[in-house]
Amino acid sequence: MPTPANAIEVTGLRKAYGDKTVLAGIDLRVPTGTIFSLLGPNGAGKTTAVNIMSTLLRPDAGEIRIAGHDPASDPDAVRAAIGLTGQFSAVDNYLTGAENLALMADLNHLDRREGRRRIADLLARFELTEAAAKPATTYSGGMKRRLDLAMTLVGNPRVVFLDEPTTGLDPRSRRTMWDSIRGLVASGVTIFLTTQYLEEADQLADRVALLDHGRIIAEGTPAELKRLIPGGHIRLRFAGPAELESAAGVFGTSTRDDDALTLQVPSDGGVRSLREVLDRLDGAAVEIAELTVHTPDLDDVFLTLTGRPDTAATLEGASNR
Amino acid sequence: MSTTAYALRDSTTMLRRYLLRARRYPMIMFLIGIPVVMLLLFVYVFGGTLGDGIAAGGGRAAYANYVTPGILLLAIASAPQLTAIGVAQDMTEGIIARFRTMAIFRPSVLTGHVLGNLVQLVVALAVVVGVAVAVGFRPNATPVEWVAAAGLLTLVSFACVWFGVACGLTARTVESASNLPMPLILLPFLGSGFVPTDSMPDAVGWVAEYQPFTPVMETVRGLLLGTGIGNSAWLAVAWSVAITVGCFYWARARYNRDGVR
Repeated sequence: MPTPANAIEVTGLRKAYGDKTVLAGIDLRVPTGTIFSLLGPNGAGKTTAVNIMSTLLRPDAGEIRIAGHDPASDPDAVRAAIGLTGQFSAVDNYLTGAENLALMADLNHLDRREGRRRIADLLARFELTEAAAKPATTYSGGMKRRLDLAMTLVGNPRVVFLDEPTTGLDPRSRRTMWDSIRGLVASGVTIFLTTQYLEEADQLADRVALLDHGRIIAEGTPAELKRLIPGGHIRLRFAGPAELESAAGVFGTSTRDDDALTLQVPSDGGVRSLREVLDRLDGAAVEIAELTVHTPDLDDVFLTLTGRPDTAATLEGASNR
Repeated sequence: MSTTAYALRDSTTMLRRYLLRARRYPMIMFLIGIPVVMLLLFVYVFGGTLGDGIAAGGGRAAYANYVTPGILLLAIASAPQLTAIGVAQDMTEGIIARFRTMAIFRPSVLTGHVLGNLVQLVVALAVVVGVAVAVGFRPNATPVEWVAAAGLLTLVSFACVWFGVACGLTARTVESASNLPMPLILLPFLGSGFVPTDSMPDAVGWVAEYQPFTPVMETVRGLLLGTGIGNSAWLAVAWSVAITVGCFYWARARYNRDGVR
């Protein structure tokens, strides 16, 4: 079967529980071999979306194709193509790491030799070889997540759903997980990642969609999304009130903080605007004590978009260009 | 390829998973421990007096014979609790989402539990029979009667394990899963397990006479000790089949509900 251009295609996906709408008609396109991140706060509907795409839940309405298959008419074809690492640990705590992987090899109907090879491979890749013979109950949070992901990969899935894969992990384990995820995409796998960490989406995703109250309120590359909002500035701190006073005279539009002795000058964060600011300060002979450049990150985007509910419509327009 | 083609293979895999877990956390000790303690209690503490009531001057020896089928059913009645706990653990943890998103024979998670619990229970019953013989149980059965008794006990065990699976799927938490099948443990007492039903007051005796475990105990007693069986054998088989089928459909309905718990 030829590989479809889009590993995931979702149109008009809706799901409600009683009169509580969880997904209010979302559209998603994820090109094969890319990382797509669905970003949103708790309760936005991320897990519901993943559960529907991974055949755990039936949608109320919507067209879905996962690796070219329809979960409604051919769920087993979808299941054969996907792997899911959910929010809750999906390892058998009573089994050892190696036994957990062997269970997956058997359920993926691999022959013995192929299974053993794949298990040894994954144990090494996820740095679990040493702990392979210990029961999963003795594993740390990070190890358990790595085992979880390794189990998902035993069947060589073409589309991997990762539902908040690093929630609750310490920063170091999170970075290890990120490296594993990047490695996966390098091998041609498509990844659908949900997260509530903006940094995670920024670090990993080719495209990001912001989900809030069951609607996608913006979509684009991390860079495109950051451009949607102004918010970049250069922050200048001065040694005394006199310097602050003269600097404030130099820049017309700026935010001044007399207590902190700082001045915020709007900027796109680029080198050109930074040089301009420094030149103007030099021209006025004002000394600065400290300078920081603040580029807008996805946090700013998210706060701006979700802070003002009426922006949704305009930004949907903006992301459709 | 349809996943039904993998029914046997996936069920075997899940059985292997169950047995691996059972080897590490031997719940079978519970299945053997309770009936053996009850057996010793009833033979050595109450047996002398109760035995005289079963057969004039029969004493402890008569009671060891009488009570053993009841003790075996007590072992079977305590099994659904373990089954329900195991199933509820799987259903409330993340692993069920993994199994449900794999292209496997869907009921294999349950068949693994059923087969694993059955194997464990049959082994436990064999051990309990051994202990019973050691404390004075003296069956006079022919090999054919032994096979028939073993077959019936396995059939009832199968029914009770399915009951446990259905309870485990119905419960919302592991704790309530362990409580749901508990009343079953009373059935051998409220039947002909420990004293004949005709020695009970009318109302209690009526319940005892017509509940599912009594014909099973009467049949096992008849096969192993040569007492009268009457129509108990057919009733025992009919009850077992009815409970199995009922609990199978109950479990299937719960398992296939749309929704991730």
